[in-house]
Amino acid sequence: MHPPSPDVAAAPERPRPQSPRDLFLSFTWLALQGFGGVLTIVQREMVEKKKWLTPDEFLEDWAVAQVLPGPNVINLAVMIGDRYFGLRGAAAALAGMLTVPLIVILALAVLYAHFAGNPQVAGALRGMGAVAGGLIAATGIKLIAPLRRNPLGFGLCLAIVGIVFAAIALVRIPLGWVLIFVGGIACGETWRRLGR
Amino acid sequence: MSITMHWHDWLALFAQYLMLSMLSISGAITTVPDMHRYLVEQHRWLTDAQFTSSVAIAQAAPGPNVLFVALMGWNVGLNAGGGIAAGPKAWLLGLFGLAVTMVGIMLPSTTLTYLATRWGHRNRERRAVRAFKQGMGPVVVGLLIATGWVLASGNSTGQAPAWHLWLLAGVAALIVWRTRLHLLWLLGAGALLGAVGFV
Repeated sequence: MHPPSPDVAAAPERPRPQSPRDLFLSFTWLALQGFGGVLTIVQREMVEKKKWLTPDEFLEDWAVAQVLPGPNVINLAVMIGDRYFGLRGAAAALAGMLTVPLIVILALAVLYAHFAGNPQVAGALRGMGAVAGGLIAATGIKLIAPLRRNPLGFGLCLAIVGIVFAAIALVRIPLGWVLIFVGGIACGETWRRLGR
Repeated sequence: MSITMHWHDWLALFAQYLMLSMLSISGAITTVPDMHRYLVEQHRWLTDAQFTSSVAIAQAAPGPNVLFVALMGWNVGLNAGGGIAAGPKAWLLGLFGLAVTMVGIMLPSTTLTYLATRWGHRNRERRAVRAFKQGMGPVVVGLLIATGWVLASGNSTGQAPAWHLWLLAGVAALIVWRTRLHLLWLLGAGALLGAVGFV
């Protein structure tokens, strides 16, 4: 188990989860509100309502959660749970994030399989799939603007975006190779430029 | 759909998801194109429709997006058991498949997160940490757009012309990009347009 981190220990009057059970229930409630992604809900609940995290702490945690591989909000749940109750807290937050949503989604999948032969239902899912594709692409497009502040320069960033898109979506090269070569070159070049 | 899964197939599936876990920088959703390549194109364990419906149901349901991985495992298991109508054996295999893909996609990354969190906190000003974070920026953006593309193009099997699907995906992207409309309205509109046969 980890000792509590200094920023938590120094301010005992700050709001914090009461127990792993509290973490489990909080993350369950949070996950069930997150239609089409949970990140905005995490910010609203953890920072604005419960005030377990300051906005700055949230941004830092989010940056680390993004650097690490794995589902972002899952990583974030593990980090927040770990901060208060160590391994037990991490497990409680993780279980809260997954257990009830998993049951809901299985019920939906069974329901869907029952009606999959129905052309209206199949059409509805097809329509939602197209919208889901649009949503994810839009998330990517929204993130283009912050690349203007990237040390690689905006032009080079756009070129990397284009190369990755073509390699994955059009040529269908396995992801590992793209990450190793394009990602490796991008990180290496960033490292070089940061050193200047 | 009915397929045969030997124990070494399950092991390969598990190993593939363990690997994808470590490759899923900026979320499991960026590995969707690779899962499609692996499950649908290479092994034919899932149909195109099963694959895209797994992602669409997970998007429409509450909870973290990564649950689409659970549905993919569930569907592989069902297919191995002879389909959902085949009874309890297929359902058990479905739950087994769900466990294989979910544990695979979560175990390495969550363990790493748990171990690396404090290290990352202490060293966030380090040059190597910043180079990794900022260098991966454009790569992640390219992956997200590619994922949207693969999802939008993966299910053009309806009666309506394919450009309807592209139009719908494009308009959805435009609305999300430019407005703060709740995503549920868009998914609902997509479902409605699909149900009446526009896509």
